[in-house]
Amino acid sequence: MLDRDEDILKAAEDWQKAGRGVALATVVETWGSAPRPAGSSLVINDEGTFLGSVSGGCVEGAVVTEAMDVIESGKPRMLEFGVADETAWNVGLSCGGTIRVFVEKVG
Amino acid sequence: MKLAILHELNAERAARRPVILVTDTESGEQRLVKAADFTKDPLRAELDKQLRMGKSGNVEAGGKKLFLNVYAPTAKLVIVGAVHISQALAPLARSLGYDVTVVDPRTAFASPERFPDIPLVAEWPDTALPPLNVDAYTAFVAVTHDPKIDDPALLHAFERNCFYIGALGSRKTHAKRGDRLRAQGARDTDIARIHAPIGLAIGAVSPSEIAVSIMAEITAVLRLPPKEKEEAA
Repeated sequence: MLDRDEDILKAAEDWQKAGRGVALATVVETWGSAPRPAGSSLVINDEGTFLGSVSGGCVEGAVVTEAMDVIESGKPRMLEFGVADETAWNVGLSCGGTIRVFVEKVG
Repeated sequence: MKLAILHELNAERAARRPVILVTDTESGEQRLVKAADFTKDPLRAELDKQLRMGKSGNVEAGGKKLFLNVYAPTAKLVIVGAVHISQALAPLARSLGYDVTVVDPRTAFASPERFPDIPLVAEWPDTALPPLNVDAYTAFVAVTHDPKIDDPALLHAFERNCFYIGALGSRKTHAKRGDRLRAQGARDTDIARIHAPIGLAIGAVSPSEIAVSIMAEITAVLRLPPKEKEEAA
């Protein structure tokens, strides 16, 4: 299976050891019908390369952008995406669910 | 996440040992708890429950919001016997998320035509089983009906502490099997671990229905807390 969590976490470690800035985004909470369960993760490096998913494609673009800031600042942050969000029409979840994603720097 | 934690997490996962990563989602503070250390942990009840369900989730403790990220090894199913039931069992188990392997030294049974896309090992259990790394996250079923194949396979499953061990056969067949296994050194507690007759009693008749009853029983053993498990069995 592609993008199993072990590959994602392995990539996080490998990228960090290779000297890249790395962030890990993890789904920590879901409401309604969310595409990926809590615990699903996405790893992002400072070149914008990413592996894994937190939503099956709906909000990854926004998460990658936020992850760049987290790599820069080193401070973790919590993101929330859903239909109630103002940006829902731009980067919302088409399935109508809501998810919270924790983004942290690795290393 | 600190690199040391990530490194330890990857090492535990590679060794197929369950761990839970506890994250304070406000401060970002984290710690990794190995399953072997659960009993000493202040969150042991929560950790136990999340691991049993194989689900990550949030808890509040000591005024902190904590996210418990569960990393449980992928469950494996080893099927000894490439028989008709196995042809239904293998794809069903796979759809439930198990890594499935079928073992049968009889090449007429263990053929890719009968088991498309399922890993097959056409060797005797003594040769076939050691490389499969059968462990506590493995469900093990012996369904050949042939003691020459089933018995050594079951002895291997005892040694490796599989979370579920099932064997096909009536109560009478099972009693004889118990005698044979004891003669080969198995303890009564080992024999008692075998689910036989295999599967939940749902009146299954066809191979597919028997497969459903087996997977239902494996699911119950995997997910139910110990007390309810006894009641279901």
